[in-house]
Amino acid sequence: MEIFQLEWIDYTVMIIYFAFILGIGWVLKRYMKDASAFLEAGRSMPAWVAGLAFISTNLGALEVMGMTGSGAKYGMLVTHFYWIGAIPAMVFLAMFMMPFYYGSKARSVPEYLKLRFDEKTRGLNAILFAIMTILASGISMYALALLMEKVLGWDFNVSLVMSAAIVLGYTYLGGLSSAIYNEVLQFFIIVIGLLPIVFLGLHEVGGWHGLQEGLAPIVTAKGYAADAYTSTWKYTGSATANPLGVEWYGIFGGLGFVLSFGYWCTNFLIVQRAMSAESTTAARNTPLIGAIPKMFIPFLIIVPGVVALVLMNNPTTGFTIPSMANGQPNYDLTIIMLLKHYLPAGVLGLGLTALLASFMSGMAGNVSAFNTVWTYDIYQSYIRPATNDKEADSKHYLKVGRLATIFGVLISIAAAYLAGLFGNIMDFLQTIFSMINAPLFAVIFLGMFWKRTTGHAAFIGLLTGFAVALLHHGLTVPAGATTLVKGGWITVLHIYPVEMAQTFWTAIYACASSTIVTVFVSFITKQQKNNSELTGLVYSLTPKLKEGNVIWYKRSSTLAIFVLALVTTLTILFW
Amino acid sequence: MLDIKIPIGLMFTILGVLLTIYGFATISNTAMYAKSFGININLWSGFGMLIFGLIMLALTRINKRK
Repeated sequence: MEIFQLEWIDYTVMIIYFAFILGIGWVLKRYMKDASAFLEAGRSMPAWVAGLAFISTNLGALEVMGMTGSGAKYGMLVTHFYWIGAIPAMVFLAMFMMPFYYGSKARSVPEYLKLRFDEKTRGLNAILFAIMTILASGISMYALALLMEKVLGWDFNVSLVMSAAIVLGYTYLGGLSSAIYNEVLQFFIIVIGLLPIVFLGLHEVGGWHGLQEGLAPIVTAKGYAADAYTSTWKYTGSATANPLGVEWYGIFGGLGFVLSFGYWCTNFLIVQRAMSAESTTAARNTPLIGAIPKMFIPFLIIVPGVVALVLMNNPTTGFTIPSMANGQPNYDLTIIMLLKHYLPAGVLGLGLTALLASFMSGMAGNVSAFNTVWTYDIYQSYIRPATNDKEADSKHYLKVGRLATIFGVLISIAAAYLAGLFGNIMDFLQTIFSMINAPLFAVIFLGMFWKRTTGHAAFIGLLTGFAVALLHHGLTVPAGATTLVKGGWITVLHIYPVEMAQTFWTAIYACASSTIVTVFVSFITKQQKNNSELTGLVYSLTPKLKEGNVIWYKRSSTLAIFVLALVTTLTILFW
Repeated sequence: MLDIKIPIGLMFTILGVLLTIYGFATISNTAMYAKSFGININLWSGFGMLIFGLIMLALTRINKRK
């Protein structure tokens, strides 16, 4: 693997960026007077700041590298992750779920579960979430250090400790506010850092039409229609006609509904950004404002991947992607190779800074969600409950939140080394993540919109969904899988053409079984909560939000219509 | 609370100035910009960032006056 030869100007750009992110933490330090300021950003963020942080949290480096790689692998079909996946889910979260998350005064998603259902449901979710976020943060760190070692030639251990120290530095100083501010900064640096690649890439292949023409022979050689890689819905009539290997209803149900709603509407890491907003209207507008840049991100990260596919099939461009041990191109490195292919010293530093920034904010996001759940949902619930002295409590929990930040970063480092020992741990965790979110969405959705849903039902529903997901994973396998981590560890009953199809159907089965079991158990168990306890938590018992005093263009309903109209236009344009 | 537009504006102004100067300094280096088809990408990016940074700083001022 070639190593980038960085020049002083590239290092200067990086150093300026790191100075700013640490500086933000340092300036915010003096506002961190109590636990609420540190762990909930004092519920004071303007909607646009929370909105950009909302999508930035998800725009981690694994997402950027993965999506560009997927663009090269599957073409524009990957935009489904955005236009049918994320956007409708974000609108749904804003319009129908945020009023309950925010209005209930819950400080976390597990706490909402406690208020709506019971202690055991909260405990199950909180503990799973805490473990998962820390592992995710560790994996992010591992991937970052590995990349720095391979691509920049820096020492693995030094890279790991340095990046952990920077993340710890600004989250310890400024808590959630600092994480959110830095996510906004990261959003801009990613957009500005990657724009030159989009521009130069499209310039080289001759614009959008040049891209389509360049793709035609490559795509027909793979056995698809000439425009299969630049269409989104056109070839989803049958699974074999499109590179994703999924029919339209699999995309619609699996990705569009279960996976995306599960991820965007229940993952506390994401929802926490909206919970930090300054008012109910701001909390609802957070995902909606985020949705507007979100739907254009495919042009920033997927289109360069599609460009790379044309380049790597044209020897005169001199563009290659390094191969993995099995001879297949290592698509995860697509974005790195594009940076190398196009960018001279100066903007190269900017592009690499964008990538480093996205790694770090991924870690910081996980750490800041972890310390909130740890402090409120585990420590305060099971170890040291609140007393009558609110002021002393708040000081105490602030201290615990700070310690949890240090503790979280330390376990992340341990998890990073663990990831290095077991190569498959990443695949394994991604599989587990997709199993946890789908049932959680089913349970929260039922809880919000059906007041009969009981605590026992929620708990059993979560466990059933998880068990069914495991079972489905154990019985099916994607074609060409070589390890049991990919599935089929019980016995192989069904083979999916691609891994993504397996993931979709795992989520669909998990969500469906969880819904059925939760409904069934709700009928046979007694509701423990009375109507007054459920006010503000359930749709039918909560007074409707009035937006009459908000100027029309700032109303959530106006924004939601705008977002949906815009995404529909994009979908039709790239049909 | 700190207005986020201040650090954003400051950072992009500084980076913008840096890359614009670097772009000018390397303007005759055609070998360096062969990768980017002769486009002095540092100059353009630097200029873009500078404008963006200054707009952010200007918005901070306007907000204050309100």
